[in-house]
Amino acid sequence: MTKQDGGKWIALLERVAERQDAEAFAQVFDHFAPRVKAFLMKSGADATTAEECAQDVMVTVWRKAPQFDATRASVATWIYTIARNRRIDMLRRDRRPEPEELTWGPEAEPDQLDALMLQQESARLVSALADLPERQRLMIERAYFGDQTHSEIAEETGLPLGTIKSRIRLALERLRHSMS
Amino acid sequence: MIKHHLNDRLLMAYSAGTLPEAFNLVVATHISMCDECRARLASFDAVGGALIEETAEQAQMETGALAATLARIKSTQPSTRPDAPRPMRDVVLPEPLRAYAGGGVEQIDWRNVGGGVKQAILPTSRHASARLLYIPGGAAVPDHGHRGMELTLVLQGAFADEQDRFGPGDIEIADEDLHHQPVAEPGMACICLAATDAPLKFRALLPRLAQPFLQI
Repeated sequence: MTKQDGGKWIALLERVAERQDAEAFAQVFDHFAPRVKAFLMKSGADATTAEECAQDVMVTVWRKAPQFDATRASVATWIYTIARNRRIDMLRRDRRPEPEELTWGPEAEPDQLDALMLQQESARLVSALADLPERQRLMIERAYFGDQTHSEIAEETGLPLGTIKSRIRLALERLRHSMS
Repeated sequence: MIKHHLNDRLLMAYSAGTLPEAFNLVVATHISMCDECRARLASFDAVGGALIEETAEQAQMETGALAATLARIKSTQPSTRPDAPRPMRDVVLPEPLRAYAGGGVEQIDWRNVGGGVKQAILPTSRHASARLLYIPGGAAVPDHGHRGMELTLVLQGAFADEQDRFGPGDIEIADEDLHHQPVAEPGMACICLAATDAPLKFRALLPRLAQPFLQI
């Protein structure tokens, strides 16, 4: 994802929010729906369930588009949180209460500069993730996509728990380093 | 000033949605009180977003998926009902906790567990248990160790144990290696939210006998 890409998704989502623009939605759908479906399948869903849930996620994207705040998350991150919540329901996992919403002042105008910086940082994070050594990246991916705790990863991979923890720790250190 | 924060492991698992409900509740409550951890959670969510973006593997949607999705959007009208008014803030219990405690701090259904200490078990899934603890100023919670992980979040007052002092918003993350005896500071009673994924191990005889009855 380039910086321009991040801006593109924000603009498309705005068109969905403000004008119920189906053509803009189609572009968001084509890019994100196959990714969300892959994410759900990696969590153990069969293709039919993943297809249905990915469509649910995209329905939610349309509905909640007016609530998207480009100063708080990239479009990919925002869609990730919607897909994560859908996965919890799909797999009948434990409830996940949300933190209390921050109370902002009276309708603070979204800051263009904040949004731009957030896009740049998101783009940097994507390339930092791609640059991780393969075995570190795989551990991060499993922790997020595999719907597994560290102990479950240990059981399935046969790797000692300590190795898994240290690979994740090293990966986070590298990501932090490339973000600083 | 919050000094003891969530660790990476808990934040990552909360972002991924793989924690038991009782731990999710502690994490959500701490984040409601701690701007630093709220920002760190946003970073962990961003890693999830970057993974979605970067993933080489995509699963092709079925033919007509877009049309089907648009049809569903058109056929079901979003509810026009305005969002429910936000409940009044409670001075002690942040919002995620109010839903579990049945309201504010006055509504908590305390049960005495001895020595002036009271507790209220919260309804969560059986993968881990959560409870509110009321420790009068200067009183101690029985000396105990842990089989699994125990999270203790201070909501009001403060306690100290062999590790450190914990004030409002501070979280103590204890595992098998920690045997501790939290003592509330003199003065105001200490109210904590505690969650564990395994029964606690008490050293003294009496609490061990009481354990099965008190569900701690």
